[in-house]
Amino acid sequence: MHPAISIKNISKNYGALQALDDVSLAIEPGEFFGLLGPNGAGKTTLISILAGLVKADHGHAAIMGADVQKNFRDARRMLGVVPQELVFDPFFTVRETLHFQSGYFGIKNNDAWIDEIMAALDLTNKADSNMRSLSGGMKRRVLVAQALVHRPPVIILDEPTAGVDVELRQSLWQFISRLNQDGHTIVLTTHYLEEAEALCQRIAMLKQGKIVALDTTANLLTRYGSVKKDGEGKTDLEDVFVNIMSGGAL
Amino acid sequence: MKNALNKPILEYGSGFPTLLRKEIKRFYKVAFQTVAAPVLTAILYLMIFGHVLEGKEIYGRLSYTAFLIPGLVMMTVLQNAFANTSSSLIQSKVTGNLVFVLLAPLSHFEFYAAYILAAVFRGIVVGLGVFLITAWYGLPDLEYPLWIMVFAFLGAAILGSLGLIAGIWADKYDQLAGFQNFFIMPATMLSGVFYSIHSLPPAWQMVSHFNPFFYMIDGFRYGFFGVSDISPWTSLVIVGSFFLVVSAIALRMLQKGYKLRH
Repeated sequence: MHPAISIKNISKNYGALQALDDVSLAIEPGEFFGLLGPNGAGKTTLISILAGLVKADHGHAAIMGADVQKNFRDARRMLGVVPQELVFDPFFTVRETLHFQSGYFGIKNNDAWIDEIMAALDLTNKADSNMRSLSGGMKRRVLVAQALVHRPPVIILDEPTAGVDVELRQSLWQFISRLNQDGHTIVLTTHYLEEAEALCQRIAMLKQGKIVALDTTANLLTRYGSVKKDGEGKTDLEDVFVNIMSGGAL
Repeated sequence: MKNALNKPILEYGSGFPTLLRKEIKRFYKVAFQTVAAPVLTAILYLMIFGHVLEGKEIYGRLSYTAFLIPGLVMMTVLQNAFANTSSSLIQSKVTGNLVFVLLAPLSHFEFYAAYILAAVFRGIVVGLGVFLITAWYGLPDLEYPLWIMVFAFLGAAILGSLGLIAGIWADKYDQLAGFQNFFIMPATMLSGVFYSIHSLPPAWQMVSHFNPFFYMIDGFRYGFFGVSDISPWTSLVIVGSFFLVVSAIALRMLQKGYKLRH
């Protein structure tokens, strides 16, 4: 069986800036995987390469065995991406937006599934509202719905809770956890490390385009069990993160 | 919500029809701006130039108003086809929502075909609107309808392709405005919409022959009157070749992901 996501020796430069440096990684089907790192570490570049939005200078990436460049149709059909920015098309309603997104994947007669997603994300009563009229939190829900219209087995969420209120964050995580329990592979980037600690089974940490830590969440916490800043209480993922980013050895 | 992965396997077709429908619906939603406004502009041209140049004959038998109508129709077709692709792309790029199309399994051919056919559709809808309204001033002949349709389609497809190239190339609205104001607009205005190039001094006649827009207008006008400044077959070869060139450039940009997939 192919890994849900396979990344082999990926490098990417933007001029003199090396965004990714020989990154290799495999994420198994059904995992809830965290991709962490400070701003500019290369997380979004890596996600963009998987989504086909950015081309790697070197290396290969595949979704469920489909190369993201050579077999882009299969790769994109198996991947749903929730982008970091709150982007939307101001011409259309929520329902139109989801119908178009479904149609871009060549799926016909998808109304029942679209209705289900809208109900699950509490968007039903906004279905005929123009995207411009929605609050930021509602727009974020539509982005999640758009990533799910083609029922992808692999879902990547790029900082989906940035700037959203606590209530929405919690309902979003409940929803994403349910998708994971149903068998979807979830890849998450977030700066809320307590969320990553609670949700992710395995975590990779990126720093200046390189993977500097890759292990199960439990192992990372155990390995760094003695790095609590104030020397008291239980070590959490934030302590581990700070230690690794400040150059702590694995 | 039921488990999505346990549902029947989806059957995937092409995303092209949906992208085409979305691009058509996009301009239809603002039809007052995208259809009614250019029709009004064309009518104003006709009223002003038709009145000022009343009594002037072209090709020895056509009233100036009759001569002007096909030119105005074609100018409207061209400008609106360009506007459809260029404005859609620059808006989607600036606001970031182009990502939804880029994430989908659409090939560069599907992307190109959807944007260009939507541009052709808008160009012809607006052109038809201008034709129907201006026909009130005097219905022009329709000698060879097939020539009219061929040149309308090719002209709109060329300008749609140029709009796509400009929309991809431009990072900002003012860059797109520069492309439109310093290339599309002069080439359109100097293409013989308002005059026969035989009325120009020899040097300017020569210059006009380097303007591909001239052949679009002249060939289109031939379909109405059966007379033109040059042979419609020559125009067809030049316009067809130009279409292949701009299509090849646009397709290459899409295939390489120029300014779209970094």
